Amino acid sequence: MDFNATFWGQTIAMIVFVAFVMWKIWPPLMKALEERQQKIADGLAAAEKGDKKLDEARAEAAQIVADARKQATGILDQAHSRANEIVAEGKADGTKERERQLTAAAAEIEQETNKAREELRGQVSAIAVASAEKILNREIDARQHEDILGKLASEL
Amino acid sequence: MATEGGHGTQTSGEYITHHLQNLQVCKNEAGEWVWNQCAGNPGAINVDSMFWSVSLGLLFCISFWLAARKSTSGTPTKFQALVEIIYEFVDTSVKETFHGKSNLIAPLAMTIFVWVFLMNFMDLIPVDWIPAGAAAIGIPYMKVVPTTDVNVTFGMSMAVFVLIIFYTIKYKGFLGFVSELTMHPLPPPRKGWGLLAAPFMIAFNLILESVALIAKPISLSLRLFGNLFAGELIFILIALIGWWQLPLHFGWAVFHLLIVTLQAFIFMMLTIVYLSLASSEH
Repeated sequence: MDFNATFWGQTIAMIVFVAFVMWKIWPPLMKALEERQQKIADGLAAAEKGDKKLDEARAEAAQIVADARKQATGILDQAHSRANEIVAEGKADGTKERERQLTAAAAEIEQETNKAREELRGQVSAIAVASAEKILNREIDARQHEDILGKLASEL
Repeated sequence: MATEGGHGTQTSGEYITHHLQNLQVCKNEAGEWVWNQCAGNPGAINVDSMFWSVSLGLLFCISFWLAARKSTSGTPTKFQALVEIIYEFVDTSVKETFHGKSNLIAPLAMTIFVWVFLMNFMDLIPVDWIPAGAAAIGIPYMKVVPTTDVNVTFGMSMAVFVLIIFYTIKYKGFLGFVSELTMHPLPPPRKGWGLLAAPFMIAFNLILESVALIAKPISLSLRLFGNLFAGELIFILIALIGWWQLPLHFGWAVFHLLIVTLQAFIFMMLTIVYLSLASSEH
């Protein structure tokens, strides 16, 4: 309980320790904590910025998808109409071709008919000449009576 | 425990006195350094108080220094986190109370808080362990709680007292310091017949304010000393009662843990408050 020199010893020890804390402990701690505070603040700001950017990117992506969809729909529509066109064209071509072929066939048939008719006519005239030869029992000059035979044949 | 303490037969009174005796060294009248014959000698040094106080101070400084040296803005280690928590706690306490700018007050507050806490914490080590260990290697006395030594608490409060005066003069000037001691709480009249009463009022103010000023370091140190001394004494009394000391010791230790922290905090907080009062205008 007595007062003695311990008092001074303790005071000196305290001054030394406080000086040491002022010199070596407090400033680096303060620096580190302030830096960390700054870092956290920066991090939060960056996160917010990132969030905003993400939102923007999302909106952009949605826009791009919508555009693409619109474009795709356009292409599809175009393709449909093109297909329809092609089908219509094909149909038209087919119809034309059919008509052309029909016409050609009809022409051919007529030609054949005419040919057959000519042939028949020839044969008939020959038969008629032969029949007339037989009937008249005399020879008829085919060359002399050709006009008659021709007339006959055309009447058949 | 007392009678089995290894000192032969010993009464309870002797046991308590032995535990409350500092290990002292001093120069006697013949000019020789002597141990433990220093009652009343103003040059004596309480070796045990100084040893534990300086050791704990070094423990604080070195461990905090190691943490502070490696502290970066990155992820802290666990001990660094502890140091940073204490830093934040002290820093908040200082900033809430002291509104000036000072590079001294926050480190001072941190030193006081951690150092006083560590010194108080020695109280929770069972009272016989370290003295018995010291006795085994031939040291007769060992008082391990530096804050139960009134020299230690006064040593610290006196440093705070000097700082109070220093801050008063720094912020208010020497005249401000003097007028703070003489012009409050009764402002002396400045003209007329009242001037005759002025010296008495100044004298009255001086007595009152001096007492108030001196009461600051005294109350600061005696509060800490009284709390810890009483706690230590109760630990010693509990240690006297045989096997029943175990639950009692536990109960008192739990309670004392609160006192240990609280007294360290109060010493720190009052230091900050006194210094902020010294540096602020009325």
